[in-house]
Amino acid sequence: MKKLIVPKGLDRRTVLKTGAALGATAVFSPPILTYAQGETPVKIGMHDPFTGTYAAEGESERRGALMALAEVNKKGGINGRKVELVTEDEGANAGIAAQKAHKLIEQDKVNFLMGAVSSATALSVNQVAHDKGVLYMVTGGHTDPVTGTQCHWTTFRICTTTYMLAAGLAGTLYKKFGGKWYFITPDYAFGHTLQGSYAKLLKGMGGTVLGNSLSPLGTTDYSSYLIKAQQSKPDVLVLLVDGQDLVNCMKQAAQFGLTKKFPIGGGLSELEVLRALPREAKLGWWTLEWYWDQPKTPHVKEWVAAYRKAYTDGSYPSARTWFGYAGLHAIALGANKAKSLESVKVAKALEGLELPPEVKLQPNKVYFRDFDHQLMSSEFPGEIIQDGKYPNVFKVADIVPGDKIALKDTGCKLDYPA
Amino acid sequence: MTRLISVGVMWIILILLPWWLPMIGGYTALGSKVLIYAIATMGLNLVLGFTGGLSFGQAAYFGLGAYGAGMTLKYLALSTPLAILIGTLVGGLAATILGPLVMRRRGIYFAMITIAIGQLFYFVMVRWNNVTGGEDGLAGFGRQDIHLGPAVIPISSSGDAFYYLVLLGFTVAVAIMWVILQSPLGHTWVAIRENRRRMEFLGIRVERYVWAAFAIAGFITAFAGTLNAMLFNFTSPQDLHWILSGNFVIMIILGGMRSFFGPLIGVIIFVVAQDYLSSVTGNWMTFIGMIFVCIVLLFPRGVLGIFNRRAEAI
Amino acid sequence: MELLLFNAFNGLIQGVFYALMALGLALILSLNSVINMAHGGFLVIGAYLAYTLIPYLGFWGALIVGPVLAGVIGLIVERILIRPIYKRVDPIYSLLLTFGLALIIEDMTRTIWGPQGLPLEVPDIINSPVSEVYFFITGYRLFVMGVTAAAAIGLYLLLRYTLLGIRIRAGIRDLETTAALGVNIYKLRALNFGFGCIFAGLAGVLAAGVLGLTPPMGNSLIMPSFVAIIIGGVGSLFGAVLGGLIIGLAAGVVTTYYPAASEAVIYLMMLIVLVVRPRGLFGEEGLFE
Repeated sequence: MKKLIVPKGLDRRTVLKTGAALGATAVFSPPILTYAQGETPVKIGMHDPFTGTYAAEGESERRGALMALAEVNKKGGINGRKVELVTEDEGANAGIAAQKAHKLIEQDKVNFLMGAVSSATALSVNQVAHDKGVLYMVTGGHTDPVTGTQCHWTTFRICTTTYMLAAGLAGTLYKKFGGKWYFITPDYAFGHTLQGSYAKLLKGMGGTVLGNSLSPLGTTDYSSYLIKAQQSKPDVLVLLVDGQDLVNCMKQAAQFGLTKKFPIGGGLSELEVLRALPREAKLGWWTLEWYWDQPKTPHVKEWVAAYRKAYTDGSYPSARTWFGYAGLHAIALGANKAKSLESVKVAKALEGLELPPEVKLQPNKVYFRDFDHQLMSSEFPGEIIQDGKYPNVFKVADIVPGDKIALKDTGCKLDYPA
Repeated sequence: MTRLISVGVMWIILILLPWWLPMIGGYTALGSKVLIYAIATMGLNLVLGFTGGLSFGQAAYFGLGAYGAGMTLKYLALSTPLAILIGTLVGGLAATILGPLVMRRRGIYFAMITIAIGQLFYFVMVRWNNVTGGEDGLAGFGRQDIHLGPAVIPISSSGDAFYYLVLLGFTVAVAIMWVILQSPLGHTWVAIRENRRRMEFLGIRVERYVWAAFAIAGFITAFAGTLNAMLFNFTSPQDLHWILSGNFVIMIILGGMRSFFGPLIGVIIFVVAQDYLSSVTGNWMTFIGMIFVCIVLLFPRGVLGIFNRRAEAI
Repeated sequence: MELLLFNAFNGLIQGVFYALMALGLALILSLNSVINMAHGGFLVIGAYLAYTLIPYLGFWGALIVGPVLAGVIGLIVERILIRPIYKRVDPIYSLLLTFGLALIIEDMTRTIWGPQGLPLEVPDIINSPVSEVYFFITGYRLFVMGVTAAAAIGLYLLLRYTLLGIRIRAGIRDLETTAALGVNIYKLRALNFGFGCIFAGLAGVLAAGVLGLTPPMGNSLIMPSFVAIIIGGVGSLFGAVLGGLIIGLAAGVVTTYYPAASEAVIYLMMLIVLVVRPRGLFGEEGLFE
């Protein structure tokens, strides 16, 4: 069964419907869309959660990838061949993600892989892609080992590392509010490394960690952690939880009146999360990895307009949308530069590759580091606008270039085949 | 005789799977996954279908097997047979030790106590994260080639070779289960399922038999878990969660819990339907849900029950 | 010590949620003999309907109408899907059916309202701390406790003093005899299922004020609610409420000393209770065994 994803008609459901309809007929009839007659298209396989807790983030990444797909095909595809995107739902389940990666490679015969919102799926597909020797562009999934201790030559990553997230905001918080911090940290690798990075940076600046509460992923009740935090009377309460957990935690902090007592800071926040916050919980200092409102940066306004034209559900592009967009573009840029579809050659071509202005959509230089395949994109620390109505919910204070804050020693040794 | 023929045909189909599955649009890893889940569910069915205990926490032993195998490969030794052995022992012994807590309970209490034990193991794997990788899962290990004297079976690089290892495991597990079910032990299980009280009156130590079923099922599911860890060289706490336990039970009912090969049929339907539907439609959960509803309303004896009119007459 | 007190109280509030969920589940389990895995689904339905209705009815109107609509949907589901399987003795079928139903409801919710989280705005009056020192006693939490208590008392009065309630209690005790005495048990079970779904919907609206709305939001509450029922004892509504409060309290207390075990503790408690008292605190012999 072939699933052809049509580059126009960007609405998810139409694409899926068309895909299903084409799937049904593909066995009996030749593909309807042919680019250069006789040439098989280049296939990019994308795994992401479209169901479950991370469905909103996964959908954003998919939309970004589809926008990039349309642009790449308009400009002549990859090496003159048309590009197709095959998407698979993994529901943020690492086992299913690995299974879908096998499916994409073995059954759909994709040339490249991309995707991931949760770190667990990024790690499991990282393994599959390396076993199969297929280039894998991690879109989300921030945990450090992906481009650190468990890095592979096959894997590149768009989103920033947890260390970069911490480093992007730590200085601002310290200068503004002082050096006694209390942390609420999600109890898994992402949280641990993020908190570790923050603690290191804080001590480096002369501050102290008053305490750190580890909360399990998917915690619904944060009051016990907030009670402890309140008792320590911190200068800043740092919330490192993400996604729906952050929504719950912020709502409860606001209902307890804690948000009026001391400033709230955090690690990662996302536009999808900010949208789900009620007014009383809309505050604090956070890092975004991309923001749609950059009046001075070229191409951003046009890109946002293009997104709004393609998706008329009232949403604005988020950092996740940009991950998907930049991820697919990066693959195309690398393959076109290498003039090949061989993963090794494309990987080599991507090392040090700089994203052009119309793709990077941010002021600083954005490129893949050659020694760990981590994209050096910027952090956007800033403050939530309490009375802001979606999409005007965030005030960017600074745009910090990634290579200024990223660690050089990540523990990565690339394992290219001999 | 017809049974022998149909089983023979099934084996030929399974042996040729790496050849025909890609031709009809599948992939070998899917075949491996089906067989692994089939081992696990057929093991669980010893308790569920044959002894009549609603075990709802079987994923715990599946996951313990997976972590046992993964941690062996990661921290102890680069040996596939050793990983399988240790993983199977870890999961199986856990079930054996905990069996006495379970064996006295019946019905919904049996289900809930097995869930409780399963969830405890789940939280251990999530919380003990500097060893298990916590929520991110256990990665960074790989299955190793098997050396048989001078011959090397390249399961580390070849998905097909690994499939045949899984098929071998499936065959061995099926043979063991078949022998057990034909033995007095198996007959006693069925008798307990049909009328527990009568067996008690007959002086049978019912609890010990339930314990035996639970322990043996634990070993077999743990064995499946070790293979599952090596299938993608990855395992995560989701492999111990009660949702997976629930899915195992559902696969069994789907196929037919009263028949030996019923779970296999259920696994094929569930795994393949989920794999296929989630690729073609964003609303795959609705379709899966509808399959469940239809099975319950129309084919309560499972898919195999459709062919078995006698069972249907109940 | 102060921290322990804080956490204990806080756990108790969490327990109120479990109790509310467990009450609906226990009603359905006792009379309909259905292990309702879709209970989390009805919770989500109630919450999303309330969210949709708030612009028209305001928070207070939506708080009533949302759960009632969830109950109406429950009635329809009962008539079409649940009624045909009452004759199956094995509870495994209701489990499978409602599991499928839960998948369908979650998927439909995502299709209708989208995958992103939505905020449920709570009126300011009940949305701030009542006291400076005991800041964790928020107006909203007191409100949740009040509503739950009112719902539980309402149910108690209904069961104790109305004809319908007496019939429901009789049915829980002995369904065959109740039927033989001329009670239409199909109608009785349908209404009872509806009541259970109203409780789920109410829990959903209340939870949405703390948690926000997402399609899978019911999944994290369903298992603790089952635990509450088992600890309290199957067949006992009072037991379900008590079980909910106990596990909330236990989780709160354990959080003070060893936060890593705060979720595991409720399963550990269930394990201990089942070993010591095989049928829970107030359970009766013979039900669902």
